[in-house]
Amino acid sequence: MTFLLMLFVFVLAIFAGNELISKVPPTLHTPLMSGANAISGITIVGALMCAQFAPDEGESVFSNTASILGVLAIAFAMVNVIGGFMVTDRMLAMFSSKKKKK
Amino acid sequence: MENFSFAQLLYLVATALFIMGIKKLSKVKTARSGNALAAVGMGLAIVITLVAPGLGIKLNWPMVAMGCLGGGLLGLIMAKRVEMTGMPELVALLNGFGGLASTFVALSEFWGRYLGQTDLTATAASSDEGLLLGGAVWAVAIVLSVLVGTVTFTGSLMAMGKLSGRLSGNPILLPGRHLIVAIVLFGGLYMGYLAGFSEVGDSAMYMILGLTACAAIFGVVSVLPIGGADMPVVVSLLNSYSGIAAAMAGFVIGNSLLIVAGALVGASGMILTVIMCKAMNRSLGNVLVGGFGGDAVAVGGADAADYEGVKSAGPEEAAMILEAATSVIFVPGYGMAVAQAQHVVKELGEELEARGCKVSYAIHPVAGRMPGHMNVLLAESDVPYEQLFELERINGEFKTTDVTVIVGANDVVNPEAIENPASPIAGMPILNTHESGTVLMIKRSLSPGYAGIKNPLFERDNCYMCFGDGKAFIQEMLIELKEG
Repeated sequence: MTFLLMLFVFVLAIFAGNELISKVPPTLHTPLMSGANAISGITIVGALMCAQFAPDEGESVFSNTASILGVLAIAFAMVNVIGGFMVTDRMLAMFSSKKKKK
Repeated sequence: MENFSFAQLLYLVATALFIMGIKKLSKVKTARSGNALAAVGMGLAIVITLVAPGLGIKLNWPMVAMGCLGGGLLGLIMAKRVEMTGMPELVALLNGFGGLASTFVALSEFWGRYLGQTDLTATAASSDEGLLLGGAVWAVAIVLSVLVGTVTFTGSLMAMGKLSGRLSGNPILLPGRHLIVAIVLFGGLYMGYLAGFSEVGDSAMYMILGLTACAAIFGVVSVLPIGGADMPVVVSLLNSYSGIAAAMAGFVIGNSLLIVAGALVGASGMILTVIMCKAMNRSLGNVLVGGFGGDAVAVGGADAADYEGVKSAGPEEAAMILEAATSVIFVPGYGMAVAQAQHVVKELGEELEARGCKVSYAIHPVAGRMPGHMNVLLAESDVPYEQLFELERINGEFKTTDVTVIVGANDVVNPEAIENPASPIAGMPILNTHESGTVLMIKRSLSPGYAGIKNPLFERDNCYMCFGDGKAFIQEMLIELKEG
């Protein structure tokens, strides 16, 4: 993909984001933030691609700087993704369970 | 469309899921399904990447397994174990990890491709993603990804420290901090420039490491001087940064899914940041410069001696006041979170309701330490959503309300904001609690709130100070009420 095309996508997505979430009820401030945070874990895709920088055959992953960094990238992105979505769901579950009782 | 691939099409599906997810996340009814939708999008993106990472790219499975299992397990444990009161810290920490991951992606790309530790030239030539960006753009993206990702990480750690009380909530003003900020920012950018455009080989590597170190210091020194109560702004801004960092990582690897998802997060974080700033009637710049509030600027501020004619009430007296009330508004603040008083507050609310009293809760947008903090705590203790009111909707009601119970809030109910144009908080929208019949101010002492200024509400005729720990005081009040 060319740079210009990527820049187009980036700028348009920011505008789209602004339109999508212009009005947020205060109740949802925290879950929206936490859910958005989980989405920012999309960097996991980049992290997984780093697993192409593999060490040579038969060598430990930790013998190569690029692959050590790659593993760290995957791990931290994964914490962000799993932790983020689960915590958001826990929060939102509290909001909705109460509704049923009413 | 010679580069067309099925995997790319599925990435587009994941992008659509994120857009739908984040849209639904901003409506109360659909929020939970929105989150689930985004999670499905994430799962899809991960699976596509694992199955078809791109032409000619082979993933090293031990690396994938190690990272996924280690990180996934840690995330699982953290999400399961966290108490609702620890939520602000966790969100800040996860946010930091997201930024750190983007940094590592850029660094790993740099080491693997740029330093040529792995010879990918053959595969890159035939790849549809590989080195297409090449040269300058790629270099800039790496530098920005490292910069924003690292700032997000260390900044979030500082925010987390402040939220959890491990660091002082007061602004921490390092001597010469503006100079330090300027040096690390420009030094970092210059090193980034050298790494990308001038140096080669090991020398470029040192420049990238220098950039990382500068970015790390920048994150620390830019969050330290910002006081605890401004954390809602900082946390949402850092949230925005983590999105930008992910989008930059997208530029690095040439993937539009990362760019779109990152941009969406960047936008949503920015929207929240603006909402938080408006709620305090301050500009983003003013918040970021820091130094607002806390001990450091309590000049002409308040301590107990400055107050005259303050009336106090014990639990017994307070209970009697509540007993006679037909309408009560609760105003929770950060003190309620600290005292973990949300459950007793809810019990008290229910007891009053059972006596035929009208009960509502007034939520100031920046009450607490993260956007929507009070809503989360009250939801945890099962306060019905219908009883929670935003500032604009409830401010007219204080006039006709018998009793307002303020639990651990101070600056957001300070009438100075509307009555004294010279006050540091002048113009900040406040809850007009002083207009209600009686105010019960549950607070540990007469000490000033975060803004470090006197609150004349304490001296008003209709205000009773209820000194004590929020939770303990309300419990005693509840017992009195039930016995009386």
